[in-house]
Amino acid sequence: MKALHNLIEKKVKPHFEQDGKLSKFYRTFEAFETFLFVKGDVTTRGSHIRDAIDMKRTMFHVIIALIPTLLFGMWNVGYQHFQAIGVDADIFEAFWFGLLRVLPLIIVSYASGLAIEFVFATIRNHEVNEGFLVSGLLIPLIIPVTTPLWMVAVATVFAVIIGKEVFGGTGMNILNPALLARAFLFFAYPAHMSGDDVWIYTTLQEGQQLVDGFSGATPLAVLATGEVQSLPSVFEMFIGTIPGSIGETSTLAVLLGAFVLIATGVGSLRIMLSVVAGGLFMGLLFNLFAVNEFMEIPVYYHFILGGFAFGTVYMATDPVSASQTGTGKYIYGFLIGVITLLIRVVNPAFPEGMMLAILFMNVFAPLIDHYVVRANIKRRLKRVTPVEAEPQS
Amino acid sequence: MSKVIRIKRGLNIPLRGSAEKILQTPSRAPEYAVKPPDFHGLFPKMLVEEGDRVKAGTPLFFDKYNEDVVFTSPVSGTYTRLVRGAKRRILEVRIEPDAEDDYIDFGAADPASVSREEIIDKLLKSGLWPAIRQRPYSIIASREDKPRDIFISAFDSAPLAPDLDFVINGSEGDFQKGLDVLSRLTDGDVHLGVDAESTTSEAFNRAKGVRVHRFKGPHPAGNVGIQIHHIRPLNKGEVVWYLDVQHVVTIGRLFDTGTYDSRKVVALTGSEVENPRYYRVHAGARLDIMAEGNVVKEEGVNLRYISGNVLSGEKIAEKGYVGFYDSQVTVIPEGDKPELMGWLIPNTGRFSVSRTWPSFLMPWKKYRLDTNIRSGERPFVITGLYEKYLPMDILPMQLMKAIMINDIDMMENLGIYEVAPEDFALCEFVCPSKIEIQSLIRDGLDNIQKEFA
Repeated sequence: MKALHNLIEKKVKPHFEQDGKLSKFYRTFEAFETFLFVKGDVTTRGSHIRDAIDMKRTMFHVIIALIPTLLFGMWNVGYQHFQAIGVDADIFEAFWFGLLRVLPLIIVSYASGLAIEFVFATIRNHEVNEGFLVSGLLIPLIIPVTTPLWMVAVATVFAVIIGKEVFGGTGMNILNPALLARAFLFFAYPAHMSGDDVWIYTTLQEGQQLVDGFSGATPLAVLATGEVQSLPSVFEMFIGTIPGSIGETSTLAVLLGAFVLIATGVGSLRIMLSVVAGGLFMGLLFNLFAVNEFMEIPVYYHFILGGFAFGTVYMATDPVSASQTGTGKYIYGFLIGVITLLIRVVNPAFPEGMMLAILFMNVFAPLIDHYVVRANIKRRLKRVTPVEAEPQS
Repeated sequence: MSKVIRIKRGLNIPLRGSAEKILQTPSRAPEYAVKPPDFHGLFPKMLVEEGDRVKAGTPLFFDKYNEDVVFTSPVSGTYTRLVRGAKRRILEVRIEPDAEDDYIDFGAADPASVSREEIIDKLLKSGLWPAIRQRPYSIIASREDKPRDIFISAFDSAPLAPDLDFVINGSEGDFQKGLDVLSRLTDGDVHLGVDAESTTSEAFNRAKGVRVHRFKGPHPAGNVGIQIHHIRPLNKGEVVWYLDVQHVVTIGRLFDTGTYDSRKVVALTGSEVENPRYYRVHAGARLDIMAEGNVVKEEGVNLRYISGNVLSGEKIAEKGYVGFYDSQVTVIPEGDKPELMGWLIPNTGRFSVSRTWPSFLMPWKKYRLDTNIRSGERPFVITGLYEKYLPMDILPMQLMKAIMINDIDMMENLGIYEVAPEDFALCEFVCPSKIEIQSLIRDGLDNIQKEFA
């Protein structure tokens, strides 16, 4: 370890320092160096000891939490494909097929996003922030597998620059960058992001053909057309063997991730619970006043369909774009649940509402916080003991 | 007795090296020092010249902006050296002590029979006035103010903090006399905060002429700022004063004997101390009379000496001097070695409040923590964390942001008058973004003080 550290310090680092040839890439070098080594920097002011946690470890745990959905998503891509062409494939074939389709998306997302991060860190002369390590994996997980790679790159670049860097970088953004990338794709290239043809990889090779009666529609799209009887079974929807964005289909995998986030305390349980509460509230309300079949479906269907679970656990809980006050988090989460179901059930234009609900509440989070802060100020002012008037002279 | 005030939020950092209840009296230190940087906002003007003979209680320097406030020598001897730092800032005024102390006589007095003005004059002349600090701003009190109340915390909850029950042992009479003096300084009350469970000393629990409040909970329950907030919060326009227990004793002695007897009990603590225990020394004593031969010296391990506790103490040299307000010295290892993949490998020697590290599985374990910062500074990312370590009705992150953008109104509204940097020390400790929160709070206090100066 010492030899490696000496090698980096003496042989590599000088090139990146002020007079080195590669001094422009110092921040990039530093990002890799601090990845490899926790520096020997000591406290100079304030608390002499510090908690062992840092951003790298925090973000790393979110990535661990994403792994179940990632692995399941890869397998499901293959599974859906072989189902569509009527081929019996074993679990490894299906996974391998999915891996080959999903890996390029991940690489493109990371490469384009991190490039932007490095450039901005250099321009602004600050250390590279770790936030994109999570966004870079979230983006491939919330898009259809058929999304062209160049679109992923364009969307990522757009989301990082317009969604994050123009506001000052990680920690300053108003919208969740990964969702912004998806929203960009959704509105810029609607043909690639909605409909029945995008969710399953159906580019056929010679000799292959789609099975009879293949639809490719997501359960939510099925519901939007009112054909409740042709939904997949509850079991299938819970496990996730249904068409959808790569990482979103399996509620089971998402629950595993939620367990990691809650157990480590990295994800906000408060937000997750309130999103579910909001969805429950709105779902029951629909049940109560149901006028069509969509409104009548059991509430829990909503939790295992589409991106509800994934959005609740990984997207709504993004601490930067969510409400920052404790009370605010309850309101923020609850309204995400309510709005998601409203969009799903009432709005005929969009079958899925999770993305728009979270982005919408991202925008409102500062307003919610504003009122929570005002309430705190008011409460604090109330305890002022009235000052007795001075006697007049 | 009053009801127990429960502090729910906070943290006791489990460190190794708390002091055993053994009191030693070492021989006199080769040098003593009064350190102007101990007093925030002080601009010292010297009153003595190098080589001058001084007695215990001889004024050494005064505050340029507050000429009444003088700082006196803790021992009798010779003023030998002035140590300056960057921009010629005075860091230390060093005194070489005589074998025996020779005191200036300020005159004994019965606090009940002298006027408030006389009391204040005596405190100012003896150099004990700086022991009285005020909120807002956490600076030396001003004689022009009439404080709403005076607060004293009779227990220290900071990591490895001295047990004040042990410290007060034998000085109970002086403590009560000190309280009698203080109660003449305010028309309000003198409030004494004790620990509902650990405080046993009669000097605290049965203190006369004061209101005793019982607290229960983790650090920072012992911080006087937290206690003020829960006893009677400070509002805009009000001023309260506060002191340490040991300074109350010194004030009591001043009125009892008429001299500035600066002796106090200092706990030598920390994982690198071989036999952590208590020492009775004069204020400003050089550290080596306690630490020499009593610290673990390992090959390749540098040590950090701290006057005060690990959360808000001051870094001092190996032969540095104990700070004016400190009753504790802590010695911990420096963390100046790089660590391969140190952010990832689940090292059981690291402590974290986050459950991403295994320390939460071992609640019984005591740690030897070093000074490594663990990461560069990041913007705010994680929310809802600081609130868990600041037991006040104050929104910490929003207050910090108000300070960052220097929004005076917002700072006032969010409660800056109630806080001191030390109250945010735990927030700084847990911060995953490694933001220097205590200096940020100090900046905020400075800015707001300037605004109304």
